[in-house]
Amino acid sequence: MHKYIAKRLLLILPTLLGAAVLVFFLLRAIPGDVCEVRLAGSGLYVDEAEIELCREKLGLAKPLIVQFWDFITGYVVWDLGDSMWTGKPVTEEIGLRFKLSLQVALMATLVAVVIAIPLGAISAIKQDTWIDYVVRSFSIAGIAMPSFWLGILIILGLLIGTQHFLGTPWMPPIEYVSPFKDLASNMAQLIWPAVATGYRYSAVATRMTRSALLEVLREDYIRTARAKGMTEKIIINRHALKNAMLPVFTIIGIEFAFLMGGLVVTEQVFNLNGIGKLFVESVQAQDFAMTQQLVMLVVLIAVVTNFVVDLVYAWLDPRIRYA
Amino acid sequence: MVTVNPAADADELEELSKSWSSQLIDLIRRQPLASAGGLVVLIMIFSAIFANFLTPYDPEAASWVNQLSPPSAEYWLGTDAFGRDILTRIIYGARTALFVGFTAAFVGATGGLILGVASAYFGGRFDIICQRLVDIVMAFPLIVLALAVVATLGASTVNVIIAITIPFIPQCARVVRSSALAIREIPYVDAARALGFSHTRIIMKHMIPNVMAPYLIMLTTFVGQAILLEASLSYLGMGVQEPTPAWGLMLQGGAEEFAESAPWVPIFPGLAITIAVFGFNLFGDGLRDVLDPRLRSR
Repeated sequence: MHKYIAKRLLLILPTLLGAAVLVFFLLRAIPGDVCEVRLAGSGLYVDEAEIELCREKLGLAKPLIVQFWDFITGYVVWDLGDSMWTGKPVTEEIGLRFKLSLQVALMATLVAVVIAIPLGAISAIKQDTWIDYVVRSFSIAGIAMPSFWLGILIILGLLIGTQHFLGTPWMPPIEYVSPFKDLASNMAQLIWPAVATGYRYSAVATRMTRSALLEVLREDYIRTARAKGMTEKIIINRHALKNAMLPVFTIIGIEFAFLMGGLVVTEQVFNLNGIGKLFVESVQAQDFAMTQQLVMLVVLIAVVTNFVVDLVYAWLDPRIRYA
Repeated sequence: MVTVNPAADADELEELSKSWSSQLIDLIRRQPLASAGGLVVLIMIFSAIFANFLTPYDPEAASWVNQLSPPSAEYWLGTDAFGRDILTRIIYGARTALFVGFTAAFVGATGGLILGVASAYFGGRFDIICQRLVDIVMAFPLIVLALAVVATLGASTVNVIIAITIPFIPQCARVVRSSALAIREIPYVDAARALGFSHTRIIMKHMIPNVMAPYLIMLTTFVGQAILLEASLSYLGMGVQEPTPAWGLMLQGGAEEFAESAPWVPIFPGLAITIAVFGFNLFGDGLRDVLDPRLRSR
């Protein structure tokens, strides 16, 4: 087991390095950079020398390989560079926004789990009844519906609903407040994006819960338990659900790893100042320094989540032993 | 050895003699959800092909007189901020969605098929390198990788297709590889090798036909995913560009503005995306059940 953990940890490094190479050279593969966007973006004539000066200042004039070396060694000395757009340190810009995104991601996960496990379980127990069909349609719709459209619909509903019932339209607050300072305002702002993202997430998990539970219910030990005359409630809760949770747990982990990606669009809809919005903005501004660090952050979250999921999986299921 | 089952034979004969319409009814009875999905797909293809005949309006011509008019007999689903008929743009948008969806899915799945089969067939160092590359690309969330590619290439319809295709290749490669690994162990591949057939011939004639089931399943799943991804990219302004009609693009703009003036503007294009992806997913699920019950959707 320890050997397995060590091996997996060692494998994370080449994956991260590969991702770094990919994103670094991808961003610089074609002409155009932050200097051109900033200076020539307005369409006015700009002196070539001025652009050169800007590149000189931001380190874009150095040979690529030197820039890459700076990028990699930056992790060793913990200097991730400055945003090429605002000039502030990347870590500061990300730090400002990370809390919000993380909170939305965690809340979306909570929404997903709270919806998925009971719904999936009911759907499996009542297989091929109308309840099952309703739950399945609900979850297939969740996978098909773009989360940004659901977000737009939620805002529309809020505005039109409050206009109708309260007389004045109400919008969620724009400013992020820490949940420890003002929980009500924090929730009023973030519950909607969490629901919009969580619905899709829950759809995937509901389907997994249903099919995993169906599989477990066909096992011999469930038949034995029924033959012993155990109540259906105990069979489901104590015997079936526990074992069915393993694949569900995996899918929740995998989806969480990619949730940060999903937030890119949701944050745009709800006008949230999180890392997803920062990512879109830095991509548009061709702010290489910021974009590459954000991509690395998202990849790091994905890789680490997968690693943790694998470990917890082995811990939960003693049948799995990694050599 | 050969036993003839007269009952099965009779069944088969009956099956063959049935008219196509009753066969169709049979199919719908056996796979009602997949048939509904297939119907959605057919409607989409139909409107994409015959868009010109289905609507009298031009999807790109702005009309300053009819800005944001509500749904009426003249404009069934209303008009947008440029006075363009929304229904027309949805019908023409099917063209964009299908073009992007099919191209990205086909190129992505086929690339993955070749890579996955080759990786399983050759094994050894080649396989290890391929798998590491797949790991790296798969560590990126789809939309993040697609955005990074669009950032590099610039936003246009073709670049969106490239951006969506790249993350598909490793996904399909991984699934195909695992099926191909099992096939490589079957004696007929050994036999083919012993007969001195070339690698290309063994891969093309003996390996690829046997991994068609996972390939086709990935292909249909990808079409839905690609439509969703294209819509997301276009919504962010990093995808298909105005004035080309695309569903994601039609949702651009603040929901707050829509709520006050024209709630019909964001509702219908989003519905079109949802129904289209829903259709492809149902169709894919049915296909999975028919082609490979072991891979039954979870």
